[in-house]
Amino acid sequence: MSIAFGNPDRPNSYIGKTVPRPNITKLVQGRGRYVDDIVLPRMVHVAFVRSPVAHGKITGIDIEAAKTVPGVLRVFTGADLAEVCTPWVAVLAHLKGLKSPPQHPMALDRACWVGEPVVAVVATTRAAAEEGAALVEVDYEALPAVTDTMTALDKTTPVIHPDMGDNLAFRRLHEEGNVDAALSTAHKVVTASFRTARHTGVTLEPRSILVDWNPAEGQMTAYHATQAPHMMQTVFAKHLDIPESRVRVICGDVGGSYGIKVHVYPDEVATATIAKIMGRPVKFIADRLESFTTDIHARDHEIEAKIAVDAEGRILAIDVDDWTGIGPYSVYPRTSAIEGNQVVNLCGGPYDFANYRAQTTVVFQNKTPTCQYRAVGHPIAVAITEGLVDMAAAAIGMDPVEIRRRNMYRDDAYPVTSPAKMRFEGLSHHASMDKLMEIMDYDALRADQAEALKQGKRRGIGIASFIELTNPSPFMYGIGGARISAQDGCTVRMDPDGSVVALSGVTEQGQGTEAMLSQVVAEGVGVSPSKVRVITGDTQVTPYGGGTWASRGAGIGGEAALQAARALRSSILEVAAAMLQADQGLLDIRDGQIVDTQTGETRMPLEELGRIVYFRGDTLPKGLPRELVQTRHFITMDYPFAFTNGVQASYVEVDTDTGVVTLLKHWCVEDCGRVINPQLVDEQIRGGIVQGLGGALFEEIHYDEDGQLLNGSMADYLVPMAAEMPDMVIAHVETPTKESELGAKGAGEAGTAGAPAAVMNAINDALRPLGAQVTEMPFTPERILRALGTIHD
Amino acid sequence: MTEMFRDKVDVALTVNGEPVEARVPAGQHLIDFLRQTVGLTGAHASCEHGVCGACTVRVNGEAVRGCLMLAAQADGAEVWTVEGLSDSAAIADLQEAFVARNAAQCGFCTPGMLVAAEELLSQGGLPSRAEIREHLSGNYCRCTGYEAIVDAVEDVARARGGEDVARARGGKGAA
Ligand code: FES
Ligand code: FES
Repeated sequence: MSIAFGNPDRPNSYIGKTVPRPNITKLVQGRGRYVDDIVLPRMVHVAFVRSPVAHGKITGIDIEAAKTVPGVLRVFTGADLAEVCTPWVAVLAHLKGLKSPPQHPMALDRACWVGEPVVAVVATTRAAAEEGAALVEVDYEALPAVTDTMTALDKTTPVIHPDMGDNLAFRRLHEEGNVDAALSTAHKVVTASFRTARHTGVTLEPRSILVDWNPAEGQMTAYHATQAPHMMQTVFAKHLDIPESRVRVICGDVGGSYGIKVHVYPDEVATATIAKIMGRPVKFIADRLESFTTDIHARDHEIEAKIAVDAEGRILAIDVDDWTGIGPYSVYPRTSAIEGNQVVNLCGGPYDFANYRAQTTVVFQNKTPTCQYRAVGHPIAVAITEGLVDMAAAAIGMDPVEIRRRNMYRDDAYPVTSPAKMRFEGLSHHASMDKLMEIMDYDALRADQAEALKQGKRRGIGIASFIELTNPSPFMYGIGGARISAQDGCTVRMDPDGSVVALSGVTEQGQGTEAMLSQVVAEGVGVSPSKVRVITGDTQVTPYGGGTWASRGAGIGGEAALQAARALRSSILEVAAAMLQADQGLLDIRDGQIVDTQTGETRMPLEELGRIVYFRGDTLPKGLPRELVQTRHFITMDYPFAFTNGVQASYVEVDTDTGVVTLLKHWCVEDCGRVINPQLVDEQIRGGIVQGLGGALFEEIHYDEDGQLLNGSMADYLVPMAAEMPDMVIAHVETPTKESELGAKGAGEAGTAGAPAAVMNAINDALRPLGAQVTEMPFTPERILRALGTIHD
Repeated sequence: MTEMFRDKVDVALTVNGEPVEARVPAGQHLIDFLRQTVGLTGAHASCEHGVCGACTVRVNGEAVRGCLMLAAQADGAEVWTVEGLSDSAAIADLQEAFVARNAAQCGFCTPGMLVAAEELLSQGGLPSRAEIREHLSGNYCRCTGYEAIVDAVEDVARARGGEDVARARGGKGAA
């Protein structure tokens, strides 16, 4: 029996409705439980001494003064931890040629970026640990720092890891069709360079971990702010030599992740190692400077790109040369080559064209390692693609919406394979564009823009179509050898009073996972969502799963929950049929009651069934299955990824005297397949858009040429605040994936993917009459004024 | 730093309506005192720099950053945190609006955000959306994009002003 999603009056119709999140009330009452809120008996604190130099040989470590601080218990060097914890190498077999040296929890003889952990000081209080850390003396012999991406491969640039031969971590060239021929014969070719700045996630809760090791039981318990508890279980087990069954990772409330908390961090592994050595709970909470120097960075790309079009605006070719610097190590276990690889996979994504060439060059440098951050590679690929398309439109005098309509895959063209060899099951670019035109009233907005200009106001409209990669299969990591689960599981259980518990391998970081699961399970079983208690984030009790990343929670975790819930429903009905001596096929469960399917007449409450099964099983026929616990797992098989699509628009005003950009309004039409909870999806998109707007206007990590990070505080690294952000209008087209009964694809990254490009195009729409153009993010007043020729030098 | 933590100061204050007496390190910040000594973990430390507002609590009627004030300075003060404001139901309508509008995602900013929003709401009147945004511009939220928070605060201002806000919030799906 499949669910009649199209019928809003169907029984138990919770999928597709806005229901409140079950776990939000505790958060608004300050009753969340984040890692730093947890205090365990005999708990100690660790503080790290970090490298103040970008590249230096460690020639001496003096820990004696630190040991004299009252409260300091132990001081560890990298060599001490290396005796207990094995190193890791962050490569994936399917990213051919990717290389990275072995990495330890703390530096051994050489520090390779400012912030790399070198010494750990453990004390009874955090203040004492920090005081001890301040007294540790480390001598460094300076080594040359490699900081510039574009010259990292030059013969004259020192090689960071001599064993690796050069500073090239990874390079991939993809070619389809004949790009050179298309470029040489095209009606118009537009060339541009783009830059996206180095970002970091700035989760409000810093990275946090509390690890306990009980030697008597051989059991490790890690309370960890993470997106992937099972992945961390595997990592701790492997590198600390413990069976996986004896590593329990508990992930309670997490104060923001956005991809930052899905990686293996040396200081967190060091904390677990120290717990194993000391046999007691050890807590590490990053402070804000540590967050800036050691949370992964991302998006530090420089790109040269070309687009060729014919006189009708048809795209003939796209040619992309992308460079990115990833720091001294590829980050374990997802690697730091994925972002560049995504740029190659995603450029030109919405468009039906034949000739495509893209190369990414990923180099080592002495800066904080980069890795996957919300919308991995998408904001870069969308900025390149949509920037080029707008420039081509301007070059041939065509409206930016019209040129897109002429090139986007037709809505009935699917399935198709793109020139980047991405397979699309079903997208809705045209329907989405139509809806966008309607909600933003494009023509009226153009009229408003013209009217504003008469009053001397430079306003611009920017459009950005995009695709988004969601619901990843093992093609993302598993085939490369990483022990990262692409499948996910859910166990659903009916308790004696008829209430339901669902245990899921996907996790909650605030996006609403638990609400989504409660709705899906409620509809699948036939109870109200308030009767469903969802448990996530505990490797000892939930089925094995991947957690939450790459917008997989609803699509993968939701489907596993639906299948488990429906299995529980049929187990319940099998028992009910025996109790009522009825035909199972004529019974249904609605709002916690067994009912007659045809008439809807109540036959028995679930509570009664629970009473009989759990306490009077003797009254049921011998041999009748009474399994009121069901587990199902789900993995996508037909497509490597479920692509979604959408289109965003930005309306801005540029003050040409000051260079200040004001965001007037923002729109997004998005197709994530089945929408399970409209409010939560919309809020994911709004939050994602604002992260993208931050990248467009404010966010940029600065380094000097010696590799010193210059803006490691929230006062200096600007993120969007309430006052500058616009209201956002969100709408949907729904093209469910056929891979699952639920039909859900991901929605968490779409906002971030398209917003920067929409803003860039809007600014350039405003500046074009003045002959100015910006392509280097963030679009600060200074960059705007430079583009206008107001500032030189 | 060392002496700041070794020197101790006696303080007596009320926290959430209950008397609290303690001997605190001279350099301890109010947020750490509340979280570690009193056990009130609702307000959070995030930037520890006075920038993000996650540590906002109410001290003598004003929204104050707990990471900029020393515990020693709170001697004799009346301090309210999200826990006390919840128990006393003082901000129940605001909390309900946050739930209905999904104005909290990860929830890390929320306790501070609520205290800051209540400070604006307690001034009465109907602040414009721009005024709400301006008032909250010292409270950083990385999850929501702010619009839901602005909506929730606006709804409460209207409701407290006697307006009927049962009207559905368009597509934003207030429950
Ligand atoms: S922690 Fe106090 S303002 Fe950020
Ligand atoms: S809800 Fe996560 S920071 Fe505001």
